[in-house]
Amino acid sequence: MAIPLLVNGTEHRVDAPSGEALLTVLRDRLGLTGTKYGCGEGQCGACTVLLDGKPVRSCRLALGTASQKKITTIEGLAQGEHLHPVQETFLRAEAFQCAYCTSGMIMSAVALLDKNPHPSSQEIIRHMDGNICRCGTYPRILAAIRDAALRNR
Amino acid sequence: METIANSVFDSEEQQHAAIQRLSYAFELQRRDFLKALGGGVLVCLAVKNAVTQESGHTQHAASDEDLPNSIAAWLHVSDDGTVTVFTGKVEIGQNIRTSLSQQIAEELRVPLSSVQLTMADTELTPFDMGTFGSRTTPIMGRQLRTVAVAARNLLIDMAAPQLHADRSTLVAADGKVRDPKSNRAISYGELTKGQQLTRVIGDDPPETPLSEWHIAGASAPKVDSHAFVTGQHKYTPDLVRPGMLYGKILRPAAFHANLVSLDTSEAEKLAGVKVVRDGEFVGAVAPDEYAATRAVQALRAKWNSPPQISDSQLFEHLKNKSEQGSGERNLHVTGDVQRGFAAAHKTVNKTYTVAYIAHCPLEPRAAVAEWNADKLTVWTGTQRPFGVQEELATAFRIAKEKVRVIVPDTGAAYGGKHMGDAAVEAARLAKATGKPVKLVWTREEEFTWSYFRTAGVIDVKAAATTDGKIIAWEFHNYNSGPAGIGTPYDIPNHHIQFHAADSPLRQGSYRGLAATANHFVRESAMDELAHELAIDPLELRLKNLTDPRLRAVLEAAAKKFGWGKEKSSAARGFGIAGGVEKGGYVATCAEVEITPSREVRITRVVEAFECGAIVNPGGLRNQIEGSIVQAIGGALFEAIRFENGRILNPHFAQYRVPRFSDTPQIEVEMLDRKDLPSAGAGETPIVGLAPAVGNAIFAATGIRLRSLPMIPQGLPQAHPTEA
Repeated sequence: MAIPLLVNGTEHRVDAPSGEALLTVLRDRLGLTGTKYGCGEGQCGACTVLLDGKPVRSCRLALGTASQKKITTIEGLAQGEHLHPVQETFLRAEAFQCAYCTSGMIMSAVALLDKNPHPSSQEIIRHMDGNICRCGTYPRILAAIRDAALRNR
Repeated sequence: METIANSVFDSEEQQHAAIQRLSYAFELQRRDFLKALGGGVLVCLAVKNAVTQESGHTQHAASDEDLPNSIAAWLHVSDDGTVTVFTGKVEIGQNIRTSLSQQIAEELRVPLSSVQLTMADTELTPFDMGTFGSRTTPIMGRQLRTVAVAARNLLIDMAAPQLHADRSTLVAADGKVRDPKSNRAISYGELTKGQQLTRVIGDDPPETPLSEWHIAGASAPKVDSHAFVTGQHKYTPDLVRPGMLYGKILRPAAFHANLVSLDTSEAEKLAGVKVVRDGEFVGAVAPDEYAATRAVQALRAKWNSPPQISDSQLFEHLKNKSEQGSGERNLHVTGDVQRGFAAAHKTVNKTYTVAYIAHCPLEPRAAVAEWNADKLTVWTGTQRPFGVQEELATAFRIAKEKVRVIVPDTGAAYGGKHMGDAAVEAARLAKATGKPVKLVWTREEEFTWSYFRTAGVIDVKAAATTDGKIIAWEFHNYNSGPAGIGTPYDIPNHHIQFHAADSPLRQGSYRGLAATANHFVRESAMDELAHELAIDPLELRLKNLTDPRLRAVLEAAAKKFGWGKEKSSAARGFGIAGGVEKGGYVATCAEVEITPSREVRITRVVEAFECGAIVNPGGLRNQIEGSIVQAIGGALFEAIRFENGRILNPHFAQYRVPRFSDTPQIEVEMLDRKDLPSAGAGETPIVGLAPAVGNAIFAATGIRLRSLPMIPQGLPQAHPTEA
């Protein structure tokens, strides 16, 4: 009955309908509230998590589909006290204001840099264009991603 | 020459902040409060009138029994040296948690890290009207500095006998009071240990001159940054209470619709679901959000909605259904415009329009409500915690002392979170179920049931002599609002008027209020006049402008941009605009590119901004950059479309907001005036972008765009009437 779900290296068994969105499972059933609801329509990117390393909109992904896959959320990025380089560069660039979009931005950026460690500016913009920051901190986010990419060299 | 202060048009915030309190009696739970804080020193800033009436003293030590009822701010130094400061302001991304802490640290002479701000909790913080109008920095910043100075003086008083020194020789620094002669020091924590001392102040002790700031005036990293990049910060939608249920609301099929019939049978068959109906209010609660959503979808409702104005009729409607009188409050007249127009050589006479737009804070309106016996606690993202407290008290017919509103640092607002709709709804569901209830609006609800930035029609008529002296200016704003309606230019004859109108949609505050619309029209009309006169647009402005602060930002922006170095062409246009609002001076230069397929791209924006002494340069830069990006949406493509009481584009797929690919190269020039008090800066940097871009598009194409948004369907063909 319960559906297995592998999140941030921990195996959970979730007692929820398989059609429920991964987003609400993460937030309401596993208490991982770092992943945000922004639109529920896959248009804003606030709910971005990694599914087998690929960025997905967890608001549009059913629990049943996510089962058997490896899920990484914002809570799973840091190694103990040691932040992920993208978290570090977001901090340094202060690439946020209200920061509600930040988790999704960081997860999208991590997915990009994992696949393409040295993206061009155009590649960053194309990859990140599905993530909305209504506060308008895009220039800082771009700077943070470029900075993180430089560390890959 | 007189320029128009916006004080004659100060009614806009009153219009939008529907619930405002003129007087209040703040009930401080004195003993409980001091008990909760433990020992230490508590310094309260009394509301001025209260103190003079009560005591005639400006400063006195008070016992915990005779604190005045009305307190503007307070600060506590505990015996471990922690400084806790209480303010009713809210943190919504504008970064005041950091900038206010900096100002306290500065005046109290403590490291920034030892300051903690308790914000926006109606039970713990002093009454505050709300976080809007760019008031936090000029008003709250000053109040908190005043309290901090008083606390510092008190600590020095306390240190003098312990250090056996003359108090006038003692120096406070780094959380200690030091005697430079003996080089002995005593920390604030040691001083306050075992004390339970309360001091009430009512006067402003001398503050540190802004030119001597060390902590304030320098960039400081945003407080709590680490929690934001790790996903640990708890916004309202992230909160959980024991036994909490999830709520959803059944929304009417259209605005102003009446519920004709409701069949709840299918919904109530779902496990754990309870349907709540109270008059026209219908919602459902369930143990999880998925079930609550399915329950509301299973409700069968019939609605009856009246015919309503659609967006195609909007501007005609606003003009027809507007105040035409010359009520003095919204009218400013100088000289004789008719004579001015008669004497002019060139006249521009045009109508502009502005659409409704949505705030789209990424954190939707949300609330968690919990009843304990007859006491209600609500966590919600709002800019007006005390206003929402009153809304809740009214809705449930209870004393407001029975209502506690707590605002976690919130995922933005931009003027959109003045009201407590989600709070009232969550509290209604919680009352019906006897359990705490969380309600998070969907994006579609956000786009439909919140309120919008005002739409408007603006008529402008401007006239000049051939040498470029503007001699007459007539300006009528229908509905969009009076903020920033004045002109900073020196014009001898003007008639400027705001006409309130019947708005078909629910409307309210938005970052910068109507200053965006009014600046768009004024600065576009200035550009139109410049082209009529064949005078450079910057030159025309400077020719008619004596305000040195506005001249300074215009010149700074033009210099950084390289204004006049390159001529606009069909493929590349340059535009400039400037303005003053809420104590901030802004000038914006924009470069747009017109591609062969007639796409418009904003490629570069330079903005100069001056708001007196800068408190946190890094934070200010972030606000200016963000304002420019947010402004792009309203300038180019954002518009709420509606028909007969329904919103036609309530999704991000249909309502385009600025994204990475819309973002130009942005260069910001900040003018720091240590000799001037700090003004707020969260709003005014937004007003220059639209006219600068419109003027740049005209410079490239010869097409004058007089509606916001300017290119919702792309660049139009040239108007037949344009030269």
